[in-house]
Amino acid sequence: MLCEECQKRPATLHFTKIINGEKTEIHLCEQCAQEKGNFIFMNQSPSLTINNLLAGLFNVNPSFEQKQQETIQHKDLIQCTECGMTFSRFLKVGKFGCPNCYPTFHDQLTPILKRLHGGNWKHSGKIPKRAGGSLFIKKKIDILKETLQTLIEKEEFEKAAEVRDEIRMYERQLQEGDV
Amino acid sequence: MSIEKFLSQSISNWMNGEGPHSDIVLTSRIRLARNLKDFMFPTLFSQEESKRVLNYVEGMIPLLVEYPLKKVELLKMDQLNELQKRVLVEKHLISPNLAKDAFNGACLLSENENISIMINEEDHIRIQVLLSGLQLERALEIANTVDDQIEQHVDYAYNEVRGYLTSCPTNVGTGLRASVMMHLPGLVMTQQMSQLIPSINQLGLVVRGIYGEGSEALGNIFQISNQITLGKSEQDILFDLNGVVEQIISQEWAARESIRKTSEVQLEDKVFRSLGVLTNSRIIESKEAAQCLSDVRMGIDMGYIQNISKTILNELMILTQPGFLQQYAGGPLRPFERDVRRAKLIRERLILEKNK
Ligand SMILES: [Zn+2]
Ligand SMILES: [Zn+2]
Repeated sequence: MLCEECQKRPATLHFTKIINGEKTEIHLCEQCAQEKGNFIFMNQSPSLTINNLLAGLFNVNPSFEQKQQETIQHKDLIQCTECGMTFSRFLKVGKFGCPNCYPTFHDQLTPILKRLHGGNWKHSGKIPKRAGGSLFIKKKIDILKETLQTLIEKEEFEKAAEVRDEIRMYERQLQEGDV
Repeated sequence: MSIEKFLSQSISNWMNGEGPHSDIVLTSRIRLARNLKDFMFPTLFSQEESKRVLNYVEGMIPLLVEYPLKKVELLKMDQLNELQKRVLVEKHLISPNLAKDAFNGACLLSENENISIMINEEDHIRIQVLLSGLQLERALEIANTVDDQIEQHVDYAYNEVRGYLTSCPTNVGTGLRASVMMHLPGLVMTQQMSQLIPSINQLGLVVRGIYGEGSEALGNIFQISNQITLGKSEQDILFDLNGVVEQIISQEWAARESIRKTSEVQLEDKVFRSLGVLTNSRIIESKEAAQCLSDVRMGIDMGYIQNISKTILNELMILTQPGFLQQYAGGPLRPFERDVRRAKLIRERLILEKNK
């Protein structure tokens, strides 16, 4: 297989590009991959600022560098559709471009968050009233749906009807934003 | 209310030297980082977008009518000169970053200066509450009230897994930074501070000098804050920080007592020499002034000096900063002129106090 970019050299590196959940295969030679990707941070010596510290998280053990470089090349092709941030750019600047970057880089971010926050990666603090109100109701609906399922299995239809009405009421609340 | 008021009013409420443990804990600060849902973070947004964020917040002000936001004033950075911004930084009401290069940066200040809400700093909205002494819970309570009031009018960037989304992943989750400013001359003198810092770090807390990131500890004042913002509740974060702070307080007292036991005369000598420098010098640099003020403050805490109140020292620590001196002089001063003015200000203030 020839490199998609230069059509001259054999493609030795194969990437999956994911944008908006859509996967595209890309086949490149080493040289073109280097040009496409942004690997400058790999050569940076980590200094003490928080931002560089982030980039430094991937620089810790030189023996893993080769392997990590490959995975980072792969990650580099994922891009935030809202602000255009790539993961390698994030590693360089240490800051995200928009709220959508969080779901975009969800998988790559988890190990970084674990290192920054003493092993934690999931929020367990305050829930904002507005967004939180609907979160609360969504959870309630999930639980009620499970109850409904077991009631149907047990053929307790009268109770099931009650639960179904309750679910409908909550769903209406969600739709009307009345939370 | 006007900018002049905030600048001329040299004493913010948080400097009044009250509150639990106020001999060692100068202030408690809570900061909540929040962002609006449908905007780019300040790192990437255009000037136009930053203007929209500012307009958004400005439009909200008349709606913030409940306690504790009844009386607030919006100060826009591009309408202040360098000196005025510097004074706000030295009063800890805004960050150096906001003063320096924020697009459409602004700050919403409550009348008593306990609450300041920074707009378009690293995040769209940063709610800060500053109280004197060790009062983290109370500060969080106020910050939460402010947060809830703002949230009635905007949609925050939030997701179920990561919590409040912030521009920097070091703040994501609760967006909460809780910090305590502590005066620790005993631990510095007994050279325990350098050993203490790494163990505090191991507990997920950070120790810094008084003016924030990267600055050295001036006058034995250290700021201790949480580093972890994700995966712990706000209350747990405060609980851990409080625990460490109480530990440090008792270690600081133990250090002072051991100095008193082994070398009381030297300690008294140090305290009164520093008082002598402050009441007599004609030229004093900020570093020396900070060290002497620290010694005198400790002298008051330990009962060697009785006729000076701690409030005056809190006040002097702020007033002798370069921005304030120039504000009083009404214009820029060269370093030497500042040193002369600083000496005069301290001398006159202390003599006034002694003759009371
Ligand atoms: Zn090629
Ligand atoms: Zn983005």
